[in-house]
Amino acid sequence: MAAVNRTLRHQVIRIYKELLFLGREYPLGYDYFRTRLHKAFASQQHLTDEKQIKQGIERAEHVRKEIEALYYLKRYRALRQRYDKV
Amino acid sequence: MSGLRILVPIKRVIDYAVKPRVNRAQTAVETANVKHSMNPFDELSIEEAIRLRERKVPIQEIVAFSAGPAKSQDILRTAMAMGADRSIHVVVEEKDPQLEPLGVAKLLKKVVEEQKSDLVILGKQSIDDDASQTGQMLAGLLGWPQATQASKVEISDKTVTVIKEVDGGVETVKANLPMIITTDLRLNEPRYASLPNIMKAKKKPLEKKTLKDYGLDEQPRLTTVKVTEPPPRKGGVKVDDVDGMISKLKELGAL
Repeated sequence: MAAVNRTLRHQVIRIYKELLFLGREYPLGYDYFRTRLHKAFASQQHLTDEKQIKQGIERAEHVRKEIEALYYLKRYRALRQRYDKV
Repeated sequence: MSGLRILVPIKRVIDYAVKPRVNRAQTAVETANVKHSMNPFDELSIEEAIRLRERKVPIQEIVAFSAGPAKSQDILRTAMAMGADRSIHVVVEEKDPQLEPLGVAKLLKKVVEEQKSDLVILGKQSIDDDASQTGQMLAGLLGWPQATQASKVEISDKTVTVIKEVDGGVETVKANLPMIITTDLRLNEPRYASLPNIMKAKKKPLEKKTLKDYGLDEQPRLTTVKVTEPPPRKGGVKVDDVDGMISKLKELGAL
């Protein structure tokens, strides 16, 4: 049991760090992003059930993908505006 | 059959989200303390090289290349985090004369010959100079076929089929390797260089060179006379009725 928890703990920290890294480019600023990210993770810290933690990690992964898509779209639209619209 | 050797030249430019400011002397755009990143069109070319590999096109190596100040290393690392195998950095300090498209093309020709590349994928233009010349000049210098503004690339054996974006539609061209491709906006969706991949990319080899290593001593051929900001947009006017609008349009010479 403890061993499983340790790997899960590692996974949680990893996704947290990845999200923090992504947050450096967040349009509303890093501070805005970091406080909210911190709150979101802190609000889940009571979870002990393995299944629930895994669900939480999945949700975080989902958020990561969403943010990446957001960045891509933001850039694509800016470039399209500048270079494609005649 | 030994795989393709792809060269992807990339450029470090002011980030697309930053509004460029002209310096006080009106000679250039302010670059100090401004966020820089990889030219977005070059991200597309890196991504395309990686996708070719993922589509099981036999690829031996993807080499990222950049010429620029020491900080260009960062974008080479990003390129390697995305999936390039190794990279070459030709150091051109900011105080040195800056390379122009022709200079870059001459340099790239040497690199292509040295690396024995058979496919070069470039961004169609950089978002700072917007010259859109390097790929074409390189194709001319090498005498290779070129496909500019690619929106789709397919490789089977030695034949490359590229769908290009042209005014009012698309154009399909076919050529044999080796060749030059420049990317357009809709070619693919570049992946994000994630934190773990950036860490892993630190172990990938990065070669540092200078222009002298390639026997080049490029002096600028162009002189920048003056750089100014575009005139601010003038506000519109409200008209009361149709007659007012017509008279206003006549006044402006539109009718």
